[in-house]
Amino acid sequence: MSIEISEAAFNPWEAIQRYEQEHIVRQYAGKVGAVATFIGTMRDFNEGDGVMGMELEHYPGMTEGHLQQIAEEAATKWTLLDTLIYHRVGRLIPDEPIVLVAVWSSHRKEAFEACRWLMEELKSKAPFWKKELLTNGESRWVEKNTAGY
Amino acid sequence: MTVSVKFFASLREQMGCDGATVEIGEVATVADIWLQASGGKAMLPNILVSINQEYCGTNDMVSSGDEVAFFPPVTGG
Repeated sequence: MSIEISEAAFNPWEAIQRYEQEHIVRQYAGKVGAVATFIGTMRDFNEGDGVMGMELEHYPGMTEGHLQQIAEEAATKWTLLDTLIYHRVGRLIPDEPIVLVAVWSSHRKEAFEACRWLMEELKSKAPFWKKELLTNGESRWVEKNTAGY
Repeated sequence: MTVSVKFFASLREQMGCDGATVEIGEVATVADIWLQASGGKAMLPNILVSINQEYCGTNDMVSSGDEVAFFPPVTGG
């Protein structure tokens, strides 16, 4: 299980591949039947306005702790092999990945359901806040997330 | 007792600071901490609160040395 929050831009495909090589291939050889991944990326529009940048804030300590809690809870709700969560903070520009959730399991049901549940838990409870820089030069806090279900 | 208070995101901007140290009597709830830290402002119903980095309610009791945080609805992911 790995939880990482970083200001560094990341390539989610490389992150998955690296995690597979370092944590999955040997430990779970022959056991993996499914990998479900979710990657959230930044749009250049929101609420009818053009968006050119974003500042992502978090609560250092609580955010990591909360992600760790939901990853551990997912492992009690479903039979999982491993979980990886990566979330950007700091300044982002459109098309950059914001979040990666990857779940390894022996069967697709567990991987699909746990990945979806983790993502919705993260969106609704993990302490992150987005401030958008609009193309018209104004900035504004995002007040709520769109519904996931 | 002494309690550490933190504000995040739009609430930090509204308060004009990222936190404060609050001196208050030995029996106090999160709502009491808010009143003292905000200078008596009304707390919007959508504000989320935590004690020592765990979500809590506004009526929960606070202990000396606790870290109490107030923040708007979360928008990560």
